[in-house]
Amino acid sequence: MIARIIESASPRALALLAVVTLALLVAPWLVDSYVLSVLIIVLYFAYVGQAWNLMLGFAGQLSLGHALFVSLGAYTSAALFIKFGVPPIIGVFAAIAMAVVAGCLIGYLGFRFSIRGVYFALLTIAFAEFTGIIVDHISWLGASSGLFLPVKNQQSNDLLNLRGSPTMFYYVILALTGLAFALCSWLLNSKLGLYWQAIREDQEAAEASGVPLFRYKMIAVAISSGLTGIGGVWYAFYYNNLFPETMFKTSQSVEIILGSVVGGVGTLFGPILGAFVLTPLGEVLTAATDGMHLDGVKSFFWGFCVAAIVLFRPQGLWPWIYNVLGLAPKKEGER
Amino acid sequence: MSGGLYLNVAVSGLLTGLIYGLSALGLSVIFGVIRIVNFAHGEMMVLGMFATLVLFRALGIDPLLSLPLVAAALFAFGYLLQDLVVRRVAHLADHMQFLLMASIAVMLISVCLMLFGPDAQNAQVSYGFDSFAIGPLLVDKVRVYAGAAALVVSGLLFAFFHYTPTGKAIRACGDNYTGALVVGLNVRRLYALTFGIGTACLGAAGAIMLLLVDVHPYLGPSYTLLAFIIVIIGGMGSLPGALLGGILIGVSEALAGVILQPSLKSAFSFGLLILVLLVRPQGLLGKVAR
Amino acid sequence: MDRRHLLASGAALGATSTLILPTRLLAAAGPLKVGVILPRSGVQAGIGQDCQRGVDIAAPILKAMGMPDLQILSGDTESKVETARSTAEKLIGEGAQLLIGAFDSGQTTAIAQVAEQKGVPLVINIAAAPQITEQGYKFVFRNFPTAGTILANAFEQQNAIFKQVGDAPKTVVFMHVNDTFGTAMAGGIGKLMPKFNVPYKVVETIPYDPRARDLSVEISKAKASGAEALLCVSRLNDAILLTREMIKQRWTPKAVMSMGPGWYEDQYLKTLGKYSDGPLTFSPWYDPKKKLSQTLVAAMAKSFPGVNLNTNHVFTFEALLVAADAYKRAGSSDPKALAEAIRKTNIADNSSMGPGIMFNAKGQNDKVVDGAVQNVGGKQVVVQPEASAIAKPIWPMPAYDKR
Repeated sequence: MIARIIESASPRALALLAVVTLALLVAPWLVDSYVLSVLIIVLYFAYVGQAWNLMLGFAGQLSLGHALFVSLGAYTSAALFIKFGVPPIIGVFAAIAMAVVAGCLIGYLGFRFSIRGVYFALLTIAFAEFTGIIVDHISWLGASSGLFLPVKNQQSNDLLNLRGSPTMFYYVILALTGLAFALCSWLLNSKLGLYWQAIREDQEAAEASGVPLFRYKMIAVAISSGLTGIGGVWYAFYYNNLFPETMFKTSQSVEIILGSVVGGVGTLFGPILGAFVLTPLGEVLTAATDGMHLDGVKSFFWGFCVAAIVLFRPQGLWPWIYNVLGLAPKKEGER
Repeated sequence: MSGGLYLNVAVSGLLTGLIYGLSALGLSVIFGVIRIVNFAHGEMMVLGMFATLVLFRALGIDPLLSLPLVAAALFAFGYLLQDLVVRRVAHLADHMQFLLMASIAVMLISVCLMLFGPDAQNAQVSYGFDSFAIGPLLVDKVRVYAGAAALVVSGLLFAFFHYTPTGKAIRACGDNYTGALVVGLNVRRLYALTFGIGTACLGAAGAIMLLLVDVHPYLGPSYTLLAFIIVIIGGMGSLPGALLGGILIGVSEALAGVILQPSLKSAFSFGLLILVLLVRPQGLLGKVAR
Repeated sequence: MDRRHLLASGAALGATSTLILPTRLLAAAGPLKVGVILPRSGVQAGIGQDCQRGVDIAAPILKAMGMPDLQILSGDTESKVETARSTAEKLIGEGAQLLIGAFDSGQTTAIAQVAEQKGVPLVINIAAAPQITEQGYKFVFRNFPTAGTILANAFEQQNAIFKQVGDAPKTVVFMHVNDTFGTAMAGGIGKLMPKFNVPYKVVETIPYDPRARDLSVEISKAKASGAEALLCVSRLNDAILLTREMIKQRWTPKAVMSMGPGWYEDQYLKTLGKYSDGPLTFSPWYDPKKKLSQTLVAAMAKSFPGVNLNTNHVFTFEALLVAADAYKRAGSSDPKALAEAIRKTNIADNSSMGPGIMFNAKGQNDKVVDGAVQNVGGKQVVVQPEASAIAKPIWPMPAYDKR
């Protein structure tokens, strides 16, 4: 699969990819812990953004409820760890199962009752918020007091139990992001991916030529929600406390999708690029507006930048940068 | 528990529902015609609430009297927003439109935070603590006025859409965009008007709401979600539907609070939303075709 | 006011602190860099900015107490856990040698983890979730009672008040906001109430949504329960909504007994005017008879006219006091030495109620107690414990429709 990408890319693109990958691999040695903590957030959003992208980019369904899958993954693995001592390396499978079941239920309802576009988005919001309120009342899961993972000041890194230093969490989320990227690019070039593209280009034509729409869309939904659930496991063990009040909220879902939309929906690099633009943008604005002592200035400019991107780069940043940097292979157009 | 409790709760739920309905009308009008979902809905209403607060603090104008002023100001805001900004994303995919409206929401919240600070503020009117007593029934005076005002504004809106040439032209745009272009309607202007009317509804709802709720910059998102629920239940684009949805949610949330547990109230609304989306996605009074 | 101001300039130092040797040595070492992390924007912006006032008035008071200089680095959590964590990293990166924050339990937990990893002391100003000091942290200190302590104190002082006025409600309805703090308190009630022999029975428990837009149903339900008094745990906005509904629905319970924020806050008093009088609040508060409290009251009146001194200011200020005091005793800004010094803290001339500021092995001040505060004539009046009280409680609460 990687070979496929390498074949089809221009030398320039390959060189850039190699530099970025290398930089990310050695980053913990080069940057201070603040930059590392920002990079961790960036990669987390790149990862869940990539997962979300599958749902809209490939299944054509706009989800504004991906916080549900993060939260289900987080709560499942955390509860298993706290209550039964199940390490996250095993708990992650339960987390994936929970997220996939929820994703398939919502996806199934959406497709079967042909709920599309904004209506589907509202369906996902409703499910996420509804589940949040229910978890808010389950005292076994800490209800609204929150679920706390025991924290020890660990000197060594314990990968199986996901206990350790920020550097370990950095590499875990970096590996997840890399794997998700590889998985998506492989899927895109596989037979499945071709069907997805056919469906995306012209749903009716694809259906007429015998593509089983429902099955392929459900596969995209299942992969998307499952990947997002894994992100939730990482989130739970990195932050060590979960509150339904914030976890299941629509605002959380919006944060997940922002990177992908800004970077370019349906592209492989979009979610990663978007995350690398938005989170640092927030940090830069914080630094820039620090001297003004006026709370709200930062978020105002943040909103302004995002609105500007929508208005002036409506396809997202990636397709534009792709052309500006001349990353397209010589032979033919863009991917 | 006595029947008096249920009666009291239902009446207050009904009146609150009317105001919810009025705010949801704003969302419904815009979606029904322009097909844009206003994800900055709640924030625009909060803007209306702050405008009302300023008029009350600076000039001592009662929120119900400043309602036309605030509605006019929000009309201008909506008209310009559509004509200068939103118009440009009309051809884009849902998620891009969503992102634009969401970033406008963020900017509105920030502006309110900078101008008014984070604390909750209110307009304390002289009749703010009164209630009417009718037998065992105690009805909050403010809620009665607010409900009545919501009915009047909604009535005016119906009249506008059904009896004025402009209103009819706007409805024509909503029903058939190409057709409207063919018969030579100035669609761009009509769209801006529609968006303005939608935000004017929010201004009116905000002025009324200030009598019941203290305003702070972060109040918006919960009202956005609430309006979505109401509009979906009533039927996107249907004006009577929005009012009916508002009343339904108002009364059923209130009764759910009595029968179940108040903290589960909104789970009830979201559950209702899921049910309606699945069983009758066009909403109770919506048209079948989209 | 400038948030990044140096708390005191070196020039003014001479006169007050010549007698204290370590301070002079420290002056040479420069001020201690303290990172103050608060939710200054986002949904909790109101409280975060209120806490900031405690920081803003601190410099001259600390100096007068003979404390060394602090240099304040400000951080904003934006009311988000993720930002809280990276802000803590950022401030440590900028040289913060001690952290203070962050009001919200979730955000505080996130900061605590960074502090522990980096070995930088964190002094919590406010955050009541018991779990934070149950993690075996070595660098985390909290000068604020946990939910259990707040409840235990509340029951004791309620009993004292009942004895004082010779009357007690036989039944109460318990209303609580369904958020982190509210649920922690509600969970504690069942466990603690039997131990304190309170004279009343809880006839109904009504949890409600922290984002509730309307609490008319909740009050209808409470009124219909026929309870004599209202026991509650709320926040500010819902306390105001609840009061309005009580007035409109013409229900004055014998007493409103709140065990948390809301009912005694300035905003409550200002918004409700004459209707704000009466409720009793059992909560961490300052001891009006302590000298430092009087200094703080005067400083608030000067810097922020119209704002009464409250829990947010006092505990944020005390966190700074702990920092400065530890710096003075440690004689160095080395985090380990600072943490060691904080552990040995013993400040008796503080402002909050109780014997003073000291920490147990877990880093928790388990000596801090609550006060009972009643709103009288638009002011917060301490009525319990006896030693700190400046008035007798007004009982029963005057009827809303006779004001």
